[in-house]
Amino acid sequence: MNLTLKVWRQQDAKAAGKFVSYQVQNVTPDMSFLEMLDLLNENLQTKGEAPVVFEHDCREGICGSCGFLINGVAHGGHRGTTVCQLSMRFFKDGDSLTLEPWRAKAFPVLRDLAVDRSAFDRIIQAGGFISAPTGGAPDANAILVPKNDAERAFDAAACIGCGACVAACPNAAAMLFTSAKITHLNSLPQGQPQRDQRTLDMVAAMTEEDFGSCTNHGECEAVCPKEIPIEFIGRMNRDLIHATLHRRGE
Amino acid sequence: MLESKIPSGPIEQKWDKARFDMKLVNPANRRKYRVIIVGSGLAGAAAAASLGQQGYNVDCFSFHDSPRRAHSIAAQGGINAAKNYRNDGDSIFRLFYDTVKGGDFRAREANVYRLAQISVNIIDQCVAQGVPFAREYGGLLDTRSFGGVQVSRTFYARGQTGQQLLLGAYQALEEQIAAGTVRMHTRSEMLDLVVVNGRARGIVTRNLVTGAIETHAADVVVLGTGGYGNVFYLSTNAKGSNTTAIWRAHRRGALFGNPCFTQIHPTCIPVSNENQSKLTLMSESLRNDGRVWVPKKQGDTRAPGSIPEDERDYYLERRYPSFGNLVPRDVASRNAKEVCDEGRGVGPGGMGVYLDFSDAIKRLTEPVVREKYGNLFDMYEEITGENAYKVPMRIFPAVHYTMGGLWVDYQLMSSIPGLFVAGEANFSDHGANRLGASALMQGLADGYFILPYTLPNYIASSSLEKVDTSHPAFAAVKEEVQQRVAKMVNIRGKRTVDSIHKELGKMMWNNCGMARSEEGLRSNLAKIPELRHEFWTNVNIIGGGEEFNQSLEKAGRVADFLELAELMCLDALQRAESCGGHFRVESQTPDGEALRDDDRFSYVSAWEWKGENADWVLHQEPLAFEYVHLTQRSYK
Ligand SMILES: Cc1cc2nc3c(=O)[nH]c(=O)nc-3n(C[C@H](O)[C@H](O)[C@H](O)COP(=O)(O)OP(=O)(O)OC[C@H]3O[C@@H](n4cnc5c(N)ncnc54)[C@H](O)[C@@H]3O)c2cc1C
Ligand code: SF4
Ligand code: FES
Repeated sequence: MNLTLKVWRQQDAKAAGKFVSYQVQNVTPDMSFLEMLDLLNENLQTKGEAPVVFEHDCREGICGSCGFLINGVAHGGHRGTTVCQLSMRFFKDGDSLTLEPWRAKAFPVLRDLAVDRSAFDRIIQAGGFISAPTGGAPDANAILVPKNDAERAFDAAACIGCGACVAACPNAAAMLFTSAKITHLNSLPQGQPQRDQRTLDMVAAMTEEDFGSCTNHGECEAVCPKEIPIEFIGRMNRDLIHATLHRRGE
Repeated sequence: MLESKIPSGPIEQKWDKARFDMKLVNPANRRKYRVIIVGSGLAGAAAAASLGQQGYNVDCFSFHDSPRRAHSIAAQGGINAAKNYRNDGDSIFRLFYDTVKGGDFRAREANVYRLAQISVNIIDQCVAQGVPFAREYGGLLDTRSFGGVQVSRTFYARGQTGQQLLLGAYQALEEQIAAGTVRMHTRSEMLDLVVVNGRARGIVTRNLVTGAIETHAADVVVLGTGGYGNVFYLSTNAKGSNTTAIWRAHRRGALFGNPCFTQIHPTCIPVSNENQSKLTLMSESLRNDGRVWVPKKQGDTRAPGSIPEDERDYYLERRYPSFGNLVPRDVASRNAKEVCDEGRGVGPGGMGVYLDFSDAIKRLTEPVVREKYGNLFDMYEEITGENAYKVPMRIFPAVHYTMGGLWVDYQLMSSIPGLFVAGEANFSDHGANRLGASALMQGLADGYFILPYTLPNYIASSSLEKVDTSHPAFAAVKEEVQQRVAKMVNIRGKRTVDSIHKELGKMMWNNCGMARSEEGLRSNLAKIPELRHEFWTNVNIIGGGEEFNQSLEKAGRVADFLELAELMCLDALQRAESCGGHFRVESQTPDGEALRDDDRFSYVSAWEWKGENADWVLHQEPLAFEYVHLTQRSYK
């Protein structure tokens, strides 16, 4: 099949960007979306033009490197799928697709479709951990974790830090990402000692970065490739209220 | 030159003895020592976090945009530990024994024993960090059996064990970054090592966004930069995985251990198109219930469902009645290749075999199979568009892991003093074949529990002179790196980097893959230098060195693969025996099994770089087996 791509091209963070149209020929249904872009890039380079920069690594939906908007939808809009897992089977000859980077103030564009997501790391630095210096841990089975808590912790820990939730949110909020980490750690017995501090600090860090605030649109949940439920944002807000009250009580 | 520094005494006491003999660094002085850690996968992140906690002044580098993206994230199956929570006969000794035997007697006993001992602490550490391992209803940890062993010692977190372990290490690392003990340099690729007066004292990096070439000095350098399976172009490794860091260190004097030892995983989704960019692993647990077969007749193109039972060859069950579909990875892979070479392969190009669940579905019912393997069946359907509940899966072996890497002694120090190597990047504890769920264990053992002892010992027992980046050695190496980058971008030839990489990959897959012959290896040894020449005269990199340039990043990595590939073939050629994943067609038993030659090859090969126009020199570290008796592996 043949496709028309309108791709956002931007030399670097300071440059102005623009859409450029390309034709990609001989795309086969068994290619992945990124293999289709590889093909475009091979052709561009053979013609002496700069290839489109996009991030990727594992190409199996787990590292969280990839991600851009396809016709305005983060990761292309297939349920539970990152753009690297997206198959060309879902497209047809003659399709016209617009590709652009995550659009969020907190994620500045570095080049073409690649953005800087280091703000996520800074949110984790604020409290997205359990302090357990190497060597001091008790026997693993000394800590019993009810299966349901372990399952919820896992559901939340499945977040790959891709940033689609931010890109999809009309306010560019990082609530789903932050709530996923808070839910992961706050669901476990090991996470209890730092529960309040973690919640307060991570929420504060999120607010300090250029992320917007949540007005319950739910777009984040819809595009999240790991199907992190919006319910976790509610949990985070409850934990935040508790933590604030505890602090006042002290 | 090859001093393995294995402590004396009984094997159970060696690590204790080594730790007791180690020198310590006074807590108040630790801040004065700078440690560079390149890589923030399991090995690198665990080491950086642990050394930061101890109070060292750590700089950690990764070419990724965040430490959380390292290739370790993709590991699915699980992590081994000799916890014996099941009371099923497991023990440290048994894990040690299985690993030495599984590695086909090409690993150091003392290292493997230490690994088995430490495995127990790793699970404790990870649970304390909040890694959400699978649990039973009573709240205790669940385990499963994995990779052809008879005990249930594999801890797992759904099919995303690597992700969860890495996030645990990443979070510990981020905590240290916030505490100011570790400075994280993301999107920074190490392009060379700086050696001053015979000791590793720093690195040269390229900032992948701005292109700036920078120098960094330290008292010790650690490489935890992962494996080099991408020398084959197609592999299960992440696209960015590469050999550059260890290769550059090799060129600066670090010996390269067992470069030809590669693991080829039997259950991957077959190649489907010529633009394919990577291969996807299907967890090996599928072999617990799936049956592997091909048609008995060559070139049989009937749909699998219309091939009657008596015209199918369940070749693993036929050849290995006692292990059947559960033979080790190397055996399963080689057999798949053989039946495909005979023209009995299935699917496009005949490069695939069936993994059939119809009997399992009959025996267990579809819902039970779905419960056990649902996510894998979904993943298979996502990629191939086929429903494996209805038609058998098609699988084919793919390059997965490299047991080879920089040679290290018992302290994990390379042959360059002050240069330590951890995780998949070192030549490691897996001998000629790695058992499933053992790489995560090794990476974390190295990072959490070995380097935090051996590295301070090096610092405390060496009198390290003050060196910073103003030392002329830094300017000299920086200059070399700059020239190399400039040379590459100025070739302006006709071929893309990928086209050269693919050509190299094909050569390696055909002649240095699952079966290796003297003829094929010699042919590669003649052709690789030609391809290298092609690269250096005809590659086309668009754009320059001072920008975000992904083709330049790839080009640097491929240039190093083009050198490493030659050494892999050379190593495969000198090792005229078959062992583990290394199958030399000239060395097989009458019924076609791998034939080891312990009299001649019971050693680690450690290669020394002698310069671009000189031959490598082979050093041998003899291996002695005192606790596990040398036997020919048999899975019949
Ligand atoms: C699909 C798949 C599934 C697997 N499943 C399992 C399993 O179930 N159980 C198991 O035990 N093992 C498994 N493995 C193997 C295991 O995942 C790896 O061997 C292990 O994670 C390697 O960890 P590492 O820390 O050594 O390296 P990596 O995780 O590869 O990390 C390398 C790090 O080095 C950095 N780096 C590399 N080069 C440079 C450079 N030049 N400059 C700067 N930074 C650099 C990278 O940015 C990265 O941070 C699997 C492997 C694959 C491919
Ligand atoms: S919550 Fe979902 S969309 Fe957001 S970063 Fe995590 S995985 Fe991506
Ligand atoms: S490339 Fe890793 S998630 Fe897409």
